[in-house]
Amino acid sequence: MTIRKTFAVKAAGLTALLTALYAIAGATLPHPAHAQASDASSAAFASPRHFGQKDGAALYQAICQGCHMPDAKGATGAGTYPALAGNANLEAAGYPVAMVLHGQRAMPPIGEFLDDDQVAAVVNYVRTHFGNHYSDTVTVADVKAAR
Amino acid sequence: MVSSGMKRRDLLTLIGTMAGSAVMYQAATSMGLAAETTYKGPIKLDGNAKGASILILGAGVAGLVAAIELRKAGYKVQVLEYREKAGGRSWSLRGGDTYTELGGFKQTVGFDKGLYVNPGPWRIPYHHRAVLDYCHRYGVALEPFNQVNYNAYLHSAKAYGGKPQRFREIQADYHGHVAELLAKLTGQKALDGTVSKEDQEKLLESLRAWGGLDKNYAYTASLDSSNVRGYEKAPGGGVGGAPVPSTPASLTDVMQGGLWRYLGMGLRDEFQSTIFQPVGGMDQFPAALAREVKDLIRFNTKVTEIHQDDHGVTVTYTDTVKGGAPQTAKADWCLCTIPLSVLGQIKLNVGAKMANAISAVPYEAAAKVGLQFKRRFWEQDEAIYGGISFTDLPIAMIGYPNSGYGSPGKGVLLGTYVFGTYAMEFTALPPEERVKRALAYGAQIHPQYAKEFDNGVAVGWHRVPWTLGCHASWTEETRAAHYQDLCQVDGRIALAGEHASYITGWQEGAILSSLDAITRLHQRVVAA
Repeated sequence: MTIRKTFAVKAAGLTALLTALYAIAGATLPHPAHAQASDASSAAFASPRHFGQKDGAALYQAICQGCHMPDAKGATGAGTYPALAGNANLEAAGYPVAMVLHGQRAMPPIGEFLDDDQVAAVVNYVRTHFGNHYSDTVTVADVKAAR
Repeated sequence: MVSSGMKRRDLLTLIGTMAGSAVMYQAATSMGLAAETTYKGPIKLDGNAKGASILILGAGVAGLVAAIELRKAGYKVQVLEYREKAGGRSWSLRGGDTYTELGGFKQTVGFDKGLYVNPGPWRIPYHHRAVLDYCHRYGVALEPFNQVNYNAYLHSAKAYGGKPQRFREIQADYHGHVAELLAKLTGQKALDGTVSKEDQEKLLESLRAWGGLDKNYAYTASLDSSNVRGYEKAPGGGVGGAPVPSTPASLTDVMQGGLWRYLGMGLRDEFQSTIFQPVGGMDQFPAALAREVKDLIRFNTKVTEIHQDDHGVTVTYTDTVKGGAPQTAKADWCLCTIPLSVLGQIKLNVGAKMANAISAVPYEAAAKVGLQFKRRFWEQDEAIYGGISFTDLPIAMIGYPNSGYGSPGKGVLLGTYVFGTYAMEFTALPPEERVKRALAYGAQIHPQYAKEFDNGVAVGWHRVPWTLGCHASWTEETRAAHYQDLCQVDGRIALAGEHASYITGWQEGAILSSLDAITRLHQRVVAA
């Protein structure tokens, strides 16, 4: 599924195909040589097919804030990235889990790049930060079931 | 056969005039002219448009081409564009430009005069006949884009001690060892019964030439192999003119090093020579198209609703500069080229099938970084003129400028072009951090980076305000479920753009999609 999907990416996406090939060849370990370019989070830029960060804050900063912004207030241009800060849609934990795994419209699916525990960590982080105070915790089992 | 008094093109035009474009296409294919494209030449929208009006949403290449052709066909055309200029993703950044991405992160480009980076499309393959035809018709000067440069590098942090290898050497060593192995198997009679003796003789002869094998069909340090992979000391003149062969890497080093992964890209149809780029930046292409229809385009216009009824289409928009109350534009028909990532958020009354298709397609993450250096060290120190070095570092590649060779001043490299997780991580960083990353990684390939860096600019495509992503990301499953629904005319509305093509991420897909959509719309208008 993952591989076939990547092969369906055409054209400019050929680079994605090439990076996917490294992963197929088993070259997904972090590069020691990256250390000199890394910030405090040595898990950054760990692999072309999988995020290396483990904790929720690091995952948010490496992925989510690209669109939802560092303050989680979202952004608007021709279209809008919704704010996650104070977002009532986060109340049902299954919703953000499904969004991360499967995407929706402008939100790309990123489940294939994350383990279940990473998905749980980042969803729990967003649901307890940025003015969100949801006390129920998403478990790895919840994520696994939602895949 | 074609008679000598008539050029092939003339004959094709004649056939086209007499028998219609389908026959012309068949004829062109049989002459080996058109097999690699579905472009049928300049569009002919025959029949009376009856003064019909059309709203085109988006002034990227899909919208521009539609505006040009529909006006020619007799339509009253209005174009609404979110940006302050035409081109959409076909875009170049030059010195003095400012670019503010979503989140308000603003960059001012510090490149010298004449230097640029193309954050979006940067290549036009020779078989992208539609793009090339429009370039030729509207006077866009083209120059070669080098995809494969034998003297550029292939690099892995985990192979060859992290030392960049010349493309030429990796390719020669890979071919050489494969040729030697196949020659050995032939010599061991492993092919007997499968391949005839006569064919085996020709095979050996071809392997020797292709692989740079010596007279014993071995890939060794020899003038035969050096003639392909390069010499330890190149042939010269005078008393010291004798060449010294180089030493190939071992089969194990070649296979385990993994750099063979990069050899296939330039062999693919999309990346075979000849590839072009517009002189002076990719935006010269949409700029040329926009000159034809500049009186039709309303810029700084954000579409907020698209509504159709039995009588026509009403588009509601706001002026992003002047502000004020929402305004409306009306027409009989609408061609919408807005990216699906944006369109999916706009109120639109189409049927469930098209609505579901619009919502089903996410957009790829991609990042590019342009880096200006104080001198063109890649040419001066390393004899790399244009083309691309590839690496498994998160920058994925370094693209060298395909023009201005030998210029004494500064130069701009494409210091990152990456998709996937690395692109998402680049996008999540502030722009100046992306540039720092690109420098730190690239310095592992070009140590000159540290001393020669001048300034840089970085684009993460999910933060580009007018697209929210790089290009449509279809899968086999979503194609099967939704592609046809996306391409059908819904009432008075048709969609076009690279997302409505099988050449996603390329301008050719945008244009072919646009020409197909306006052809079908026009048929409705004529038949009505």
